Amino acid sequence: MAKEYWRWKEYNWQDEERDWRSASMITGGVDVGSVSSQAVVMADGELFAFSNMRTGSDSPNSALNAMNWALENTGMTIDDFDFIVGTGYGRVNVPFADKAITEIACHARGGNYMYGPTVRTILDMGGQDCKAILCDERGKVTNFLMNDKCAAGTGRGMEVFADLLGIPIEEVGDRSLQVEKEPPPVSSTCVVFAKSEAAGLLRDGWPQSKVLAAYCSAMAHRVFTLLERVGVQPDFAITGGIAKNVGVVNRLEEELGLTALKPKHDTQIAGALGAALFAKALVEKGKARKKKTSVST
Amino acid sequence: MITIGVDVGAKNAKLLVLRDGEIVGKKSRESGFDQETVTNELLAATLAEFGIDRDEVTGICSTGAGRKAVQYAGDKITEVTAAARACFELYPDTKTVIDVGAEEGRAIRSGERGKVEDFAINEKCAAGSGAFTEAMARALEVSVDELGRISLKSDASVPMNAQCAVFAESEVISLLHARTPKQDIAKAIHDAIASRIVSMTRRVGLNKPVVLVGGMARNVGFIHSLNTAMQDEVRIPDAPEMIAAYGAALVAAERAVVAATETGASGPG
Repeated sequence: MAKEYWRWKEYNWQDEERDWRSASMITGGVDVGSVSSQAVVMADGELFAFSNMRTGSDSPNSALNAMNWALENTGMTIDDFDFIVGTGYGRVNVPFADKAITEIACHARGGNYMYGPTVRTILDMGGQDCKAILCDERGKVTNFLMNDKCAAGTGRGMEVFADLLGIPIEEVGDRSLQVEKEPPPVSSTCVVFAKSEAAGLLRDGWPQSKVLAAYCSAMAHRVFTLLERVGVQPDFAITGGIAKNVGVVNRLEEELGLTALKPKHDTQIAGALGAALFAKALVEKGKARKKKTSVST
Repeated sequence: MITIGVDVGAKNAKLLVLRDGEIVGKKSRESGFDQETVTNELLAATLAEFGIDRDEVTGICSTGAGRKAVQYAGDKITEVTAAARACFELYPDTKTVIDVGAEEGRAIRSGERGKVEDFAINEKCAAGSGAFTEAMARALEVSVDELGRISLKSDASVPMNAQCAVFAESEVISLLHARTPKQDIAKAIHDAIASRIVSMTRRVGLNKPVVLVGGMARNVGFIHSLNTAMQDEVRIPDAPEMIAAYGAALVAAERAVVAATETGASGPG
């Protein structure tokens, strides 16, 4: 099988300094996106463990796989949670969640935790959609715009390019900055057409880094127009997988004339983090788990 | 009188030779990246194959997205003008022309003598063009021809949620994982493009009779879905992908006649 350049690193993490058993409240958030899934575990409102992996072709398993992976070596089971919130494209397919909340609300809430209360605009660049979200100091959504119809400006679009050029997706951003002079952006909006355009540029002898620069700058411009329409307010932050791509982030910052806040955590977990924070707030309001599930693994 | 029409499309360059109104030769090849060289070779190969001397050719008109690459063309017209002109020649009562090529879809409201009254083009997005079926055929691991054929065997209606070709590819794979029969997926694909094309056509007015041209008019699955969506039988010429080249050759002939008349009128005697 050919090398899969689009593959990004799947991993799990836990705070080994902490003993969750001494916490009075355990809440969870699971974000089942169209491309990636994340599970976040919070102990007394602090990040304790998470996982970040590719979404499989059926959501219930993706949700459970992500949660089980986050719980790996923690000694915790799903029954130890006080509340779990599901979010994302596949949020209705999280069998062990007590509630489903939209990913827009969760990204704003998670962004607020990740970047602090000064963040007013959160750009979530996901696998198959892109959202420009405005929020208040508590992470409550005040307005948003979303593109979920077209792959231009999404992670899938970037994966297609990584594959076309045979460059691992995690290196695309750095490689795109290795140009002496910024080339004009790829002119096609559609990813399918942009791909043929890029193939033409390669045939014309453009180095890979220059083609990547042209695509990253086209993508930056595409999301810039979405941000323009919603009306960007500082502080500005980016969540989702593309937030890790400096080729897109730097060019977008340049076009906006704004610097994005630096993330404290993996930008891909923002949605699941927000979901876990909602779960905490719900427990504080007196909500309890409906189902102590015995979901088989 | 011999005239030639050259249509340089996103995927193929097509050349058609007209002698006194009759099509006497046609040829196509991939447009490639060096369209100037490709169209030069295409002309030389056609002339040689059909035994025509370059001096016998009265006029050459080019059309298509790459029409400017045709250095030897005396005239250049848009593919919209060309398609409408050709459809009028074949079906004089044509009201609407739908032209679906490799990377563009066009809907044309055709007036008197094939004059373009209004048109709509989608060139921004692969959904609603041949590129969409190509991508889907790849995901299903069948040829584009087969995709059309198998879709005729299905009477299911499986909805496709994704419009974008990139997202639709993932959706097709999910449908395969869910064990949806290939023929039903194929039909869903053609229904999706047909519905995009019909809504674009409605913007210029969907008046019958409708003529379907362009490479996608070779796809039996798409034709079926389009007919169903429009509740009509579209007309399809014999070589639907050559239509714009045919229209260009017709325009070249008309302009040659006009030029000859003008020269004749201003000349002595």
